[in-house]
Amino acid sequence: MVRALTFAFCILDFAFCTLVLAADVDPAVLRAESERIAVMEKARPPVLAIFSPAGAGGGAGVVISADGYALTNFHVAYPCGSFMKCGMPDGRVYDAVIVGIDPTGDVALVKLFGRDDFPFAEMADSDLAKVGDAVFAMGNPFLLATDFRPTVTYGILSGVHRYQFPAGTLLEYTDCLQTDASINPGNSGGPLFDAQGRLIGINGRASFEKRGRVSVGVGYAISINQIKNFLGHLRSGRIVDHATLGATAGFDENRRVVVTDILEHSDAFRRGLRYGDQIVSFAGRPIETPNGFKNVLGIFPKGWRVALSFRREGKRFDVLVRLAGVHTESDLLEKLARGGQRPPMPLPKPKPKPGEKPESRKPKAPDEDIPVPAPPDEGGPLRPGAPKPAMPEIVKKHFEEKRGYANYYFNRLNRDRVFKAWAARGDFAPLDKPWVLTGPLDGGGKYRFEIAPQQILLTLPKEQISWPVTDELGSSLAPPDSGGLFAALHLWRRLAVLGPERFGEVYYVGTAPFPGCDGPADVLVGLHGGVECRFSFDPKTGLLAGLEMFPDENADPCEVYFADYRDAGGRQFPHRIEVRYGSETFATFRVETVEFAK
Amino acid sequence: MRWILGGLALFAAIAATAAPPIPETVVQVQPKLVKVYGAGGLRGLEAYQSGFLISADGLVLTAWSYVLDSDSVTVTLNDGRKFEARLLGADPRLEVAVLKIEAAGLPYFDLRQAVDAEAGTRVLALSNLFGVAMGNEPASVQRGTISVKTRLEARRGVYEIPYDGPVYVLDAVTNNPGAAGGALVTRRGELVAMLGKELRNALNSTWLNYAVPIDQLRGTVEQIRAGKFVVRKSEEGAKKPARPLTLGMLGIVLVPDVVERTPPYVDAVAPNSPAAKAGVQPDDLVVLVGDRFISSCKALAGELQYVDFEDQLRLTVLRGQQMKEFVLQVSPKDGK
Repeated sequence: MVRALTFAFCILDFAFCTLVLAADVDPAVLRAESERIAVMEKARPPVLAIFSPAGAGGGAGVVISADGYALTNFHVAYPCGSFMKCGMPDGRVYDAVIVGIDPTGDVALVKLFGRDDFPFAEMADSDLAKVGDAVFAMGNPFLLATDFRPTVTYGILSGVHRYQFPAGTLLEYTDCLQTDASINPGNSGGPLFDAQGRLIGINGRASFEKRGRVSVGVGYAISINQIKNFLGHLRSGRIVDHATLGATAGFDENRRVVVTDILEHSDAFRRGLRYGDQIVSFAGRPIETPNGFKNVLGIFPKGWRVALSFRREGKRFDVLVRLAGVHTESDLLEKLARGGQRPPMPLPKPKPKPGEKPESRKPKAPDEDIPVPAPPDEGGPLRPGAPKPAMPEIVKKHFEEKRGYANYYFNRLNRDRVFKAWAARGDFAPLDKPWVLTGPLDGGGKYRFEIAPQQILLTLPKEQISWPVTDELGSSLAPPDSGGLFAALHLWRRLAVLGPERFGEVYYVGTAPFPGCDGPADVLVGLHGGVECRFSFDPKTGLLAGLEMFPDENADPCEVYFADYRDAGGRQFPHRIEVRYGSETFATFRVETVEFAK
Repeated sequence: MRWILGGLALFAAIAATAAPPIPETVVQVQPKLVKVYGAGGLRGLEAYQSGFLISADGLVLTAWSYVLDSDSVTVTLNDGRKFEARLLGADPRLEVAVLKIEAAGLPYFDLRQAVDAEAGTRVLALSNLFGVAMGNEPASVQRGTISVKTRLEARRGVYEIPYDGPVYVLDAVTNNPGAAGGALVTRRGELVAMLGKELRNALNSTWLNYAVPIDQLRGTVEQIRAGKFVVRKSEEGAKKPARPLTLGMLGIVLVPDVVERTPPYVDAVAPNSPAAKAGVQPDDLVVLVGDRFISSCKALAGELQYVDFEDQLRLTVLRGQQMKEFVLQVSPKDGK
């Protein structure tokens, strides 16, 4: 019996092995192929072929939400002007309008019209991507896809967290993905998918050299994690700026990354960072090279507060720094206007920043990159002098021109959305008389805030402080050491009562992490009385989580955090108000009673 | 029972032929890759290329380039540590060079364990192409398949390279700036070949993606370790004779020494000179004096200072794709 079984086993085993060895193709290979095909079929529907209204091919893109928001490169969208056409793999063409642009990071957000059920790509976590992972790109290289069915190219990730020098100061690819999947002109703006068909990057650059502008196995994609940080900002319809620390980093003789230059008016300086300090970690990432430092910096928008750890003489400091903008607003606008200037080939060597040691410069590779795009010209990209195609009606409804914005319509849309969500928890518009808050003081006794339209009165056990509202709120910052609490409270009430239209100038910034908020907070900025006030709203509750009043762009703000929201006369009102200035807590007010004068 | 075990073993062997996932192989191989930087290349540009460690104490295999014979060659390891590197030796016919850095305990490829490959072998090419990686950023990885194993000799005079031995031609675009000297490995991480230099077919201007099999290089590497093809180090402190040889005595005129390290090509040979009598011809490239590798015109003049004018001179040149050795003798009366 055993012999029979053994014999049977051997026959089966032999047969199996023969089958495998003799098969033309290993079944595992066939299985992998059909899996791959299935994944690509599933990934394809949201991929776009983007072209300017005049019909000239621009590049590719990918839809990221069912209501039609889509990502592409700035250098693909910008030459199209304010609106473009997007072809989808099912053959249909949709009108789209520009929403927001990030010229430095080379990303643009557009919105398609015509459906509320667009197929969209699922975003992955690009920090989990490893060198060697299989990836595929979809796009329109050489504009071959006249039927909008994208070309697929397949390869692996050749590198992660790569740095590519900018063309001027635009199109800097920091912390990007490098792939050997063919990336050619026409792939720009299109998706890079992982092996499961999830979006891990937007393709946009490649290293070209002696063969001219065709793929030589070295393509770069902006990581989706970077784009996630900027998504709120892109939705704001603004021309988004990247971040600078106000300090540069380089290697010292012992190959440690140290501060080689720092601006005294930067937030980093105010938080204690000095020339020569060793940068240990930034945004939670250990920093081992100057490129690593630039990589981290490049993935955040201006205005975010990010963790920084540095060391001086053996002592370690952990601080939170506010990132300033790389460009001034006029700088950025000017760069865009001048975009027609193409850099000479090969690209000129980037100027070393002050103090930057030679090791932190890349060796001069004859690297030709996608040139800075020409601004949309009057005649349309292909036929100068020809009449510009008319803006479609649907686009007109969703476009508003305003200096400094790619599309002001979306800024107003989001600004009003955020305010409405706050007002839904408590409409303060009717409460235009003084607000009175009282509560206990730590040392005993009570405080009383009377926040009136023209003045603020603070009554304490031993004194009473009256602060008049003037046209220059930043000129009298009171109480002392608070950074301007009175001005902050005044602006809080002003926004709640008057709303964004009547407050002064209020615009939507985007999203940024904020303490106490589960998820990035929506941020509005209001300008009034010569100061700037940044309002952060909890994305889940809609409530105002805090505000920061900046009397001056180069000074610490007065930070006010609102918590413990409870009902007060049918409206949600914060019953805990914490005030911070610089690195200190000025005071924490527990609110016991809230009264709105009639 | 034997049969069962045997059958199971065969089954297991078949099942196990699958290579590990690429990211696993990459993590194992990348630490052996290095980035090579040489100063003073053409037009003052910083020259960069790739290499890989072949011994724990810091021998680096890379592609031969004239910028390697310089005081400022640096090698950056995968973990970011930078070392000054010294050219140990080179064989310009094979276009291979060995550098030495002072280190210990490094991960390396054992050349004796390199494997052969053939058309269809799936490979990974690791290199610092375009100099993308700096410091502790790891080398780039490209995926490919060997298209064919062939000889370059069929293209004599077509490719501007003296090597005429077997090469692997790849379908991955490895022929990029900075890739030369990189490692070609199997999906299991076994070393197969060294990535070649940027090489263009002179007839149709196409660029060849090729790699030189390790078994072609092993012999030279052993010779270099044994002292042949080796560059003279000034610290060796050999005595210079009172009356050394000069190029003039030999009747050799080299090409004008215009760049910092001009390759020592023979421009003209004086008639009836010792060189002419031995058979040296214009366009020969001087490679060795004795067993010493000669990397530049200056180096040749320097090496001759160690040879007494009365002694025989063993000179090895590269003519086309052939290495030719000559024995030159300056007769005593010419030296007066």
